Amino acid sequence: MKLTPKDYQGMADKAAPSTKSYITIPSAFVIGGAICMLGQAIQTLYITMGLERDIASSSTSVTLILLSALLTGLQVYDKIARYGGAGTLVPITGFANAMVSPALEFKSEGLVLGLGVKLFTIAGPVIVYGTAAGFVYGLIIFFFRLY
Amino acid sequence: MPTKIGKYTTRLDTSPSLVSFASVVSKKEGEGPLAPYFDMICDDTSFGEQTWEKAESRMQKDAVSKALQKANLSSSNIDYIFAGDLLNQCISSSYGLRDLGVPFFGLYGACSTMAESLSLASLFVEASLCNTAVAVTSSHFCSAERQFRFPLEYGGSRAPTSQWTVTGSGAAVVGKQVSPPYVKHVCVGTIEDMGIKDINNMGAAMAPAAAATLSRFFEDTVTGPDNYDLVLTGDLGQVGSQLLDELLEREGYTLGKKHNDCGLMIYDRETQDVAAGGSGCGCSASVLCSYICQAIQAGRLRDVLFVATGALMSTTSVQQGESIPGIAHLVHLSSTPHKGGK
Repeated sequence: MKLTPKDYQGMADKAAPSTKSYITIPSAFVIGGAICMLGQAIQTLYITMGLERDIASSSTSVTLILLSALLTGLQVYDKIARYGGAGTLVPITGFANAMVSPALEFKSEGLVLGLGVKLFTIAGPVIVYGTAAGFVYGLIIFFFRLY
Repeated sequence: MPTKIGKYTTRLDTSPSLVSFASVVSKKEGEGPLAPYFDMICDDTSFGEQTWEKAESRMQKDAVSKALQKANLSSSNIDYIFAGDLLNQCISSSYGLRDLGVPFFGLYGACSTMAESLSLASLFVEASLCNTAVAVTSSHFCSAERQFRFPLEYGGSRAPTSQWTVTGSGAAVVGKQVSPPYVKHVCVGTIEDMGIKDINNMGAAMAPAAAATLSRFFEDTVTGPDNYDLVLTGDLGQVGSQLLDELLEREGYTLGKKHNDCGLMIYDRETQDVAAGGSGCGCSASVLCSYICQAIQAGRLRDVLFVATGALMSTTSVQQGESIPGIAHLVHLSSTPHKGGK
């Protein structure tokens, strides 16, 4: 009997080891949670140092971005992300990593055509669809007069 | 002269020799179980170069130089060179070998390229089109990642079915029959596509091609896995190897312990975090041109079927939702030549 692509897909699915969710989900929770806790600690520190709450919040974001960029450059962030999974991807540090890593990688093709063009290869879709989602959200608020 | 036997297989009556062979790898491969067999292990993954592409070219050049040096030959003794790699337009080969001044065939067969280049080099020698030809391929983890996947420092997680591109290169000098390993048969593969679309599961995409080539070769030569010491696939990894066993079982051939895979041999999968194993055309090349050829030379292995497998997709075809076609070429290497064929 000849093997059909559908049969073969079944065989391939059976042969493929599945992700060990019982390890990856808790480790994403712990590492992602730790990043958020660090953010909270930085914010509390800034507030006790006398910054207003909203300025302290944006300063916290900037600090986390700086830390993430630094750790990306030192080739540490990707090692943490091996275990962090979505825990390192979702916080703002993941976004910073997605911007800095292509910048480092593609500088060999020049500042304009390498770094400049490739800077947004990973983060670009997030920005595009984030903006588009914001627009749709704005329309909903506008038409349903939620404010 | 080469003789066609059956529909797909060519018998190389004069049994050309792999006169010499050499392998160059980097740090991670040098920490693996095959470390004692490689000719050069460079702890610096950049091989002292400015870019990853230059590093890969350098590696390929070093592999060829080392193989020539071992055979006491210079590039002027070489009639043709058959080379390939994974990068767009095969730049590792063309930039790495541009200073040699040897007639050059650039090949692309994805990770199957070592079997393709070795087949062609052997056929050229067998057909008396030349006295000496070189087959060489390479792959580099960093240059492959940035072309096919993500920047190195990007914190993405890897699927358990994914494979780790080997940083390595292997070169073989093929000449008239002198000493083992001898090339006895070549079986060129067809493009096989069973509809696998998952870029992180290339072993599954390539296994049907390996099964097709092997069963045709067994049929053409009226042999089976029992006639060989080792059936060595290129880079099917854990998933692809299991599927190959199952596919051949359906055809009536039991591989069992006769089968091994370069992608499973080059790393220690328990400790080296490479998911389903190694891949890349440097994977099969560096394993063949070190451990395997040394074992055939020493008589520890007598008959080996080297079946390098390749996934013939591009990033564009995958993004457009196309399935991944696979290919596998077979080279039968032996410690004894065909009788009376010199």
